[in-house]
Amino acid sequence: MPGERSTDGGHSLAGVEHVPGVAKPDPVLVVEKMRRAFGGLVAVDVDHLEVQRGVITALIGPNGAGKTTFFNLLTGFDRPDTGSVVFNGRDVERLKSHGRAREGMVRTFQLTKALTKLSVLENMKLGAGGQTGEHFLQSLFPFLWKSQEDAIEERARELLRRFRLDHMADEFSGTLSGGQRKLLEMARALMASPAVVMLDEPVAGVNPALTQSLLEHVRRLPGEGVTVIFVEHDMDVVWDISDWVVVMAEGAVIAEGYPESIGKNQAVIDAYLGSDHDGDELDEGSAR
Amino acid sequence: MTFAAIDWGFIVIQTVETSLGLEAAVYALAAVGLNIHFGYAGLLNFGQVGFVAMGAYGMGLSVTLWNLNPWLAVLVGMGFATLFALILGVPTLRLRGDYLAIVTIAAAEIIRLLARSTTLGDITRGAEGLHAFIGPFRELNPFDPGSEYGIGPFMVGGNQFFAIMLGWGVTAMALLVVWQLMRSPWGRVVKAIREDEDAARALGKNAYWYKLQALILGGVIGGMAGMVQAVGKATIQPDSFVPAYTFFFWTVLILGGVGRIWSPVIGSIIFWAMLTFFQGTLIAMVNEGLIPTGLMDPTQVNQIRFMLVGVGLALLMVFRPQGIFGSREEMMLDAR
Amino acid sequence: MILGILLLEAGPVAGQSSETVGTRLRYQNEEGERIPVEGVMLSVTTVDGSEVGSGVTDADGAFSVPVPQPAVYLVSIDVETLPVGIRLREPDRVNVEVEVGEGRSARAIFSLISGDAPVVESGGITVRRVAQLTTEGIKLGLFLGMAAIGLSLVFGTTGLVNFAHGEMVTWGMLSAYFFNYYGLAGAFGFMAGWWPPLGQGMNLILAAVMAVIIGGASGYCMDRWIFRPLRTRGVSLIAQMVVTIGLSILARYVFLFLFGGNLRFFKDYSAQSAIQIWIVDITPKDLITVVLSVLFLIAVGLFLQRTQTGKAMRAVADNRDLAESSGINVQRVIKIVWIGAGALAGLGGVFIGLAEQLSWLIGFRMLLLIFAGVVLGGLGTAYGALLGCLLVGVGIQLSTLFIPVELKNIGALVVLALVLVLRPQGLLGRRERFG
Repeated sequence: MPGERSTDGGHSLAGVEHVPGVAKPDPVLVVEKMRRAFGGLVAVDVDHLEVQRGVITALIGPNGAGKTTFFNLLTGFDRPDTGSVVFNGRDVERLKSHGRAREGMVRTFQLTKALTKLSVLENMKLGAGGQTGEHFLQSLFPFLWKSQEDAIEERARELLRRFRLDHMADEFSGTLSGGQRKLLEMARALMASPAVVMLDEPVAGVNPALTQSLLEHVRRLPGEGVTVIFVEHDMDVVWDISDWVVVMAEGAVIAEGYPESIGKNQAVIDAYLGSDHDGDELDEGSAR
Repeated sequence: MTFAAIDWGFIVIQTVETSLGLEAAVYALAAVGLNIHFGYAGLLNFGQVGFVAMGAYGMGLSVTLWNLNPWLAVLVGMGFATLFALILGVPTLRLRGDYLAIVTIAAAEIIRLLARSTTLGDITRGAEGLHAFIGPFRELNPFDPGSEYGIGPFMVGGNQFFAIMLGWGVTAMALLVVWQLMRSPWGRVVKAIREDEDAARALGKNAYWYKLQALILGGVIGGMAGMVQAVGKATIQPDSFVPAYTFFFWTVLILGGVGRIWSPVIGSIIFWAMLTFFQGTLIAMVNEGLIPTGLMDPTQVNQIRFMLVGVGLALLMVFRPQGIFGSREEMMLDAR
Repeated sequence: MILGILLLEAGPVAGQSSETVGTRLRYQNEEGERIPVEGVMLSVTTVDGSEVGSGVTDADGAFSVPVPQPAVYLVSIDVETLPVGIRLREPDRVNVEVEVGEGRSARAIFSLISGDAPVVESGGITVRRVAQLTTEGIKLGLFLGMAAIGLSLVFGTTGLVNFAHGEMVTWGMLSAYFFNYYGLAGAFGFMAGWWPPLGQGMNLILAAVMAVIIGGASGYCMDRWIFRPLRTRGVSLIAQMVVTIGLSILARYVFLFLFGGNLRFFKDYSAQSAIQIWIVDITPKDLITVVLSVLFLIAVGLFLQRTQTGKAMRAVADNRDLAESSGINVQRVIKIVWIGAGALAGLGGVFIGLAEQLSWLIGFRMLLLIFAGVVLGGLGTAYGALLGCLLVGVGIQLSTLFIPVELKNIGALVVLALVLVLRPQGLLGRRERFG
């Protein structure tokens, strides 16, 4: 069944060895010796990881494996104790979260952050980068930013149509359902024209119908030149859309590979069986 | 000894005069600043009176100390408020909101204590305050100080009329600026930060910088309130900047409805109307012997006023944060 | 060596036809007698600085001038005209504000001392001065810490910064004052003549115990009737914070209404001679309150470390969700925290009142110092709050070696700002809280 792949389909990764920390032909993101401890507990300890440009990479692992912390470290929402992140060939260690977002690394959150008292359209427009009207002095003179604003609005409405949210454009985003908020958050991230979107559990709590349309959108992204990294617990989803899977356990990367092969990896099986919670999810996935 | 003996006409005239007068304008202006802080950017400024004081002293000292002309003095007042915002904002705006609250409430009181200290007595004139600055501002007054201005029973002297016009004029200008800002992309970012700072940062917005800008802007508008008050009262005294006044501004803002353009103006008018009417009635009742002096004397009426504001602030914040005219639905969006 | 500290009866003098403002200058000599001070120049001004009158004290040390209307006036003493060997206990308090009610007279209080009493001298840095100031600082720090632990634990367990905490301190101080003067029933005038301790006033120690009980009870009421309902209604923390502000303003002006704007002293133990320990002068009451507060703080520490409830408190402060899911009754823990916070704030208030003068505004002033201490130590940590307050107390007192006494509290705010820049989690806080 894992036939419907993204446009790239993981072909660019052909011949890459299935070992943790392996080098990729065209990495958009390179992580080196990244470590973050909370008190005595080491949450993340990744020696080396490369993420291939233009494919969909899934980040999986049992609960408490450090996936979300790793996401936070990559996007600058948390600071590592040691380690570096190279994005598009540039060391972004010194950039704060908003700086990394401007460089093209845009994330979503596990708990959606729809800006409830802004309209859906305003949410979308906020996503666009480089707006003249966002500068204090310029904002006082509408003629300086009106045309840019119109162009942004047009793009926003088009994306909303694509995500079938156009009928809600003028409603407060607080009135959206949980699934619609996930859609909005992803669409808003796309407004920023990112090079990499990082989705933290994009379909958690979303009903099955919406899940399919959401995944459809994700699948199309590589074709538009967007690299996708996502954290997901639902192995069906991982199976369904990812081109490459990275497995974390106890803060470290323990395996990498094609989704078909990852379920057979002994280290992965041990990691999941060692944890009480997620073992069955993987079984389900590999049973397919 | 009856209610009939109370001069209701006088109380009503006083109520109308106060609710449209200098105090109301000053409070509206200070609340416009607070509205930017709390209503739009979600910043917990518990020391707005400190910005008001900085504006007033900046302007006053420019004249008494450095002999600057009035226009430059106003610029210096704005500069003082900006400086205050930077001192408060730079260390705290990276942190959770309560830190700003703690630091602002402390800093505002420090400003007052510094101003009335004998150490700075040569500069700020201690508890006595500044008076000599008023001359150059009086010269700008286009109205005749000797005549009365107004409509019907509501007449005030020329200097007072000038101050009231100035107060509402500056308020109108501030509202215009806020209105334009809040419908621009700048306002969109600021409101997004109020809703969820992390979401804004994830979209490449420098939340810290926007919060600092908002703090400065609201602070400078607070400073303008201080300058208007100084010109209107012809004096700048440290004890007209006690910490409780910050929460008068808060009450004004919440009365009008947090995060709405007009709320500071509507809130201030209602606030002063209620307060003046209440105080006038109470004083009249004490004077008429309806309330025994053993229970309350006229100086204590003023204290009751503060108590009322305290209770009102708490109740409004819990039961009608959207203001007395605001809609319930918008508030419900918070209860996610 | 020693001396006396002089106190004057506080409070407005009723029964005069028109308003006057005055003072009565006396000091206490080594035998404990109160000696009037004659020939001291004083003046009375309005708050905007216009002079109302001036004069010199008579043979009884009294001075009084009529004032035009009820208002707040400023009484200034000309220290140059004080007799040799007599000076102000607080050298910078040369101006005293008094509030005059209609048909009443108000008296300003200047505390005078003779000899080389434990006064904050200006001048060079000597070992003796540093030791004296450090002692004063530790004393202040302990009292602040007592109040701060409650603030910090309430924050730790509920996330709420309680801006009315200062008023809980004042509340303890004032209820002890009323019990001290009027006894258990004195507040209800008709029983005032009853035998002690019901009427007529009770010893301050008993009064302090009552104040602590009342403080704890008010803490319980604040949680039960105000903040618990707000939590269940899902009112945001920001709104709750604004509610605490409203409460603090309400309480502050209720205190002013009932207590008046004058500074006062407890009936007992207010005038005491200092004893010398090593090179440090300390009055017996200060010594006792310092020892008592150390004991109480140790008891609080043991409670937090050893008892089931104390451990539960720390667990809730550490991670509320985790504590809740591991079966801790969070509401009960919060209730106990509020009771404890109220009681400790009340006790702190009594001690602060013993060390300084009583005033309706003191809680708010203390709150700012408590904030400095709590942020320095780490918001939400009980031990951090204590450590921070001790450092703030000592820092404030030692800073007077270099800066004028009246500016000493400003130093605490500078510390506050510096801490937020350099180490926002405070000395004992953890970085995670700021992720």
